[in-house]
Amino acid sequence: MVLNMGPQHPSTHGVLRVVLELDGENVVRAKPIIGYLHTGMEKQAEYKTYTQSIPQTDRMDYLAPMSNNLAFCLACEKLLGITAPPRAQVVRVLFAELSRIAAHLVWLGTHALDIGAATVFFYCFRERERVMSMYEMVCGARMTASYFRVGGLAQDVPAELAPFCKAFLDEMPGHIATYETLLTGNPIWLARTQGVARLSADDAVALGVTGPTLRGSNVAWDLRRAQPYSGYEHYDFEIPVGRNGDAFDRYRVRVEEMRQSVRIAQQALARLPETDPAGYRLRDFKYVLPPKEEVKTSMEALIHHFKIVSHGFFPPVGEAYHAIEAPKGELGFYFVSDGTPRPWRMKVRSPSFVNLQALPVMVEGRLVADVVAAIGSLDIVLGEVDR
Amino acid sequence: MVGFPDPDRVAHRLREALPGLSLERETDGPRDLTLVAPRERIVEVCAFLRDDAEFDFKMLSWLGGVDRLPREPRFEVVYSLLSLTRNQRLHLKVRVPEENPHVPSVAGVWPTANWHERETYDFYGIVFDGHPDLTRILLPEDWVGWPLRKDSPLGYEEVAFTHNTPGRVPPSPELRRLGPRKVRAKSHAD
Amino acid sequence: MPDRPLNPFRTLGPGLRASDPSAGPRPVTSLDASEQEELRREVERGVLFTKVESMVNWARANALWPLGFGLACCAIEMMAIVGPRFDIARFGAEVFRASPRQADLMIVAGRVSIKMAPVLRQLYDQMSEPKWVIAMGACSSCGGVFNNYAILQGVDKIVPVDVYVPGCPPRPEALIHGIMKLQEKILASHVELGPRPAEQGAA
Repeated sequence: MVLNMGPQHPSTHGVLRVVLELDGENVVRAKPIIGYLHTGMEKQAEYKTYTQSIPQTDRMDYLAPMSNNLAFCLACEKLLGITAPPRAQVVRVLFAELSRIAAHLVWLGTHALDIGAATVFFYCFRERERVMSMYEMVCGARMTASYFRVGGLAQDVPAELAPFCKAFLDEMPGHIATYETLLTGNPIWLARTQGVARLSADDAVALGVTGPTLRGSNVAWDLRRAQPYSGYEHYDFEIPVGRNGDAFDRYRVRVEEMRQSVRIAQQALARLPETDPAGYRLRDFKYVLPPKEEVKTSMEALIHHFKIVSHGFFPPVGEAYHAIEAPKGELGFYFVSDGTPRPWRMKVRSPSFVNLQALPVMVEGRLVADVVAAIGSLDIVLGEVDR
Repeated sequence: MVGFPDPDRVAHRLREALPGLSLERETDGPRDLTLVAPRERIVEVCAFLRDDAEFDFKMLSWLGGVDRLPREPRFEVVYSLLSLTRNQRLHLKVRVPEENPHVPSVAGVWPTANWHERETYDFYGIVFDGHPDLTRILLPEDWVGWPLRKDSPLGYEEVAFTHNTPGRVPPSPELRRLGPRKVRAKSHAD
Repeated sequence: MPDRPLNPFRTLGPGLRASDPSAGPRPVTSLDASEQEELRREVERGVLFTKVESMVNWARANALWPLGFGLACCAIEMMAIVGPRFDIARFGAEVFRASPRQADLMIVAGRVSIKMAPVLRQLYDQMSEPKWVIAMGACSSCGGVFNNYAILQGVDKIVPVDVYVPGCPPRPEALIHGIMKLQEKILASHVELGPRPAEQGAA
């Protein structure tokens, strides 16, 4: 029997269509069909300047928008050959980790909701609202932030961020403990996730899977450790790795990642007052906007501002690829530049697109109820899959 | 930071394993180590790089197409390889002409290439020979055209403003008076 | 306070006279002025006079059942209104139905791609009357940030939209404001309760 788990489904986390061939309750074949959210972002990026494409990246993995901004900006900076100043790097790490916490909270809430634990959904969204408040403090938008720019940040962090953030990070481990109390020892949760949707390490690497899904399959690969960016080599954190590659291990990996993210964010927040307050953007006015106060007083700054805003900056000809460890996996941007302010080609290596290929491997031969648990434990975001 | 294998070593080992291989290195432009391989032998090159113990590129991070109109050959397919054990990246490129846009598929070497090749086919019309299921993946199956080619339009739709919609009928002023009709339900406290 | 309970319903019983203490309920006309005032207030407290149309509209407006149709980023803000901070259960709309047959409100939350458009139309057709559509966000209202080959420039090209909620994504308060506007629209709408005049003529 062929069952269509259609694009509109409460448990597919977006518009994913899975065509299941069933034999009773057993899945014989599973074929994901994507493209229901294809937005043409890569084509559209060729018609916009680099800075104008940053808001597009927010809409890819919309659970952790600042992560996507970070990947984009780092790839641009690699193309230009510049590095953001230390304060910008610290703020970037802080918000990358807060985005990771926010993304994992939504993952946990929706995954638990699919499996049946509805309370966790409400708790997770309550915590996520705190992260949204921090986003709003810093850039005005709750979700689609576009806070990072090539060369640094759009603007400096306000004074009220630090106490709010500290309070949030202090109570977050308690909340994570609450979620674990509700789920980790819960026999229903264990029955639904242990041994379900297994992915072996070899399969995972061959399928190009990255992120917590790969780490759940006993492969210790994290780009923050292996190919650090934005100062991650100076932070002290652990990489959780699972053993069996089933949905329960991925759940444990992500919950532990939330704790480690809290740890990194606390370190970043402690480092923030030590950095130079004027260093939220690089002072390389060929590529980066000068501070607004200088634009109003200095003629060169005014001209640079005008040129960059109206025309865009002119990167050197070349290609660059840079990847970060986004909450879902390896998120990378590949730019081909022809020297004009608009990229010639922007290719997005999105983790969910690649991870979703592992779904048939995880699910074939298993029960149809495991499909929902598998999709939930893969943690895909259709905005990223379809771009 | 990101490591790359030694370019001369890679070239040497590849030429040793696959005799007659013409390999170039792209030096101006790419910020990462990029080698250009002939497209007929790309499967052998990839299989060697994956299986050889010195390089161990077990993961294909992504593969994508680039349209270099008006340069010849028109298309390029870029393969980004990642070695987890050696912590190295390598980019391979294959040049594809427009009149014969065929490239052997590497889906047999890395299963992950399956969807990446479908996406490149969807966007550029580059056909991957030997691919198990080369159909459109992101666009509807009956879509005509290759959207990411440089000669395909963006598909921009003209936004209707007052100045470019002649004969526009303004909305009726009565709509402004649409208000709620309150249901008179008094509470027990009154 | 009279020592006998007042019964507002007139009872007709043969042989009952007004002055008999054990006779039970008494007709309204036999009450004196203060007792009649008491009776009037009692009635107002417990009985509601309205039109059927208003009742029906009130019921429909305060128990909107949305269809779970989150497409993209706006879906996350839609999930946030289900969350504890912006509680949509206050408005009676926390029951997000998975099946279009059971839903009466379709909140198109997110960008509608050309591959998704026929699916959306099919879901809209599967919903039963009365049904309403809220276009949440800029992408479903008018194409939003994405004016290109892949995105439908406004969901009103394929379904009739009642309320447009602008924003990218709209704040949860904005979506709730949109739902409240829709409630006002429903309360002000005309409900046909009998057979349509055309059918009467044809039959």
